[in-house]
Amino acid sequence: MKITQGTFSFLPELTDGEIDAQIGYALDQGWAIGVEYTDDPHPRNVYWEMWGNPMFDLKDAAGAMMEVNSCRKAHPQTYIRVNAFDDTLGFETTRLSFIVNRPSKEPGFQLKRHEIGGRQIQYTIESYATQKPEGERYG
Amino acid sequence: MTGDHVDLSALLADSRVTEVLDELDNELIGLKPVKARIRDIAALLLVDRARAQLGLVSGSPSLHMSFTGNPGTGKTTVAMRMAQILHRLGYVRKGHLVAVTRDDLVGQYIGHTAPKTREVLKKAMGGVLFIDEAYYLYRPENERDYGQEAIEILLQVMENQRDDLVVILAGYADRMDTFFRSNPGLSSRIAHHLDFPDYAPIELEEIAQRMLTTMQYRLSPSGLQALHDYIPLRMNQPHFANARSIRNALDRARLRQANRLFAQKGLKLDRDALMTIEGDDIRASRVFT
Repeated sequence: MKITQGTFSFLPELTDGEIDAQIGYALDQGWAIGVEYTDDPHPRNVYWEMWGNPMFDLKDAAGAMMEVNSCRKAHPQTYIRVNAFDDTLGFETTRLSFIVNRPSKEPGFQLKRHEIGGRQIQYTIESYATQKPEGERYG
Repeated sequence: MTGDHVDLSALLADSRVTEVLDELDNELIGLKPVKARIRDIAALLLVDRARAQLGLVSGSPSLHMSFTGNPGTGKTTVAMRMAQILHRLGYVRKGHLVAVTRDDLVGQYIGHTAPKTREVLKKAMGGVLFIDEAYYLYRPENERDYGQEAIEILLQVMENQRDDLVVILAGYADRMDTFFRSNPGLSSRIAHHLDFPDYAPIELEEIAQRMLTTMQYRLSPSGLQALHDYIPLRMNQPHFANARSIRNALDRARLRQANRLFAQKGLKLDRDALMTIEGDDIRASRVFT
């Protein structure tokens, strides 16, 4: 099951050229680029690991691509995303965020039913991947 | 572009590179061989582009350079112009200059150098990386020096990301020669060696005039004569650093001018008095004693 998240979630995977162009756009807007990775695919997972510091003073996308590629090399079987942070007053938040790498096999989610008082049922989803401890997921 | 011929002059006008070259000619005094080399390089790049338009092979040329010359001969200034020229010709995407020295590249403990160097390289991507006094990167007397690590990373990027980054190494000629001899890998990846000659006295005079104009000062006739006498004397002194020495001399002359004006208490000063540097302001220099 392909996990989608962020700005281009409805598009097919971006090619490296497209990623480069998107980063270039973000830099032209004066946004800072950060690279993050995680192996927990849950949609509510906000604890992604930072790959190095956010890059506040780049001029060209090639510098950020260097980091994306070195992160891919170090963590090929994880989700990697590129964030573009806008520090202008009033925004001060991520303006653009998209996935640039994913594990080769994504096992998907299990729906768990949890019976509570009466005959009520609560539902929760759990990724099959997270049934293994961190670092051992995705073969 | 169709057909089987290209219009070189149209290509030239299109790149607007002539403006930068003319600026280079007008704003920088002397440096004839350097200017000639830069024109050669610009012509080569332009022809390469013309060849590409006609479908001829034009492998991305190696543009890494070394600037050698004595202190104060304009290496940094020319590097800045070089970045503009390469940008106009489309060989670097952004055309900014990142000037660094050993301190910015080499770390202080094991494992510190690589991230530091990469940080600098990332910033310089799409532009020109100017490494001043590059020979300090290599310290043969200390085999555990981290400079070697920085050189290796640099080499790797210079080779693999030639399209993203142009590296200019600068320094004094003799020490750069030793540096290149001990790092043949680096030397062979640098296509253009530009040697910056020292300025002649007459050129230094012109430079001084120009510096004063930008600072909105002028020399009185006696000041002009004093400067004329000052330059050859200063050139024979130790630690002469061409244009930089001249700039320092002018700064000291301004100091003395201010002192002189201050001494004439009660006098109303007009624009002219505030702008003019007299001969005595320059002749008070210790060079004349």
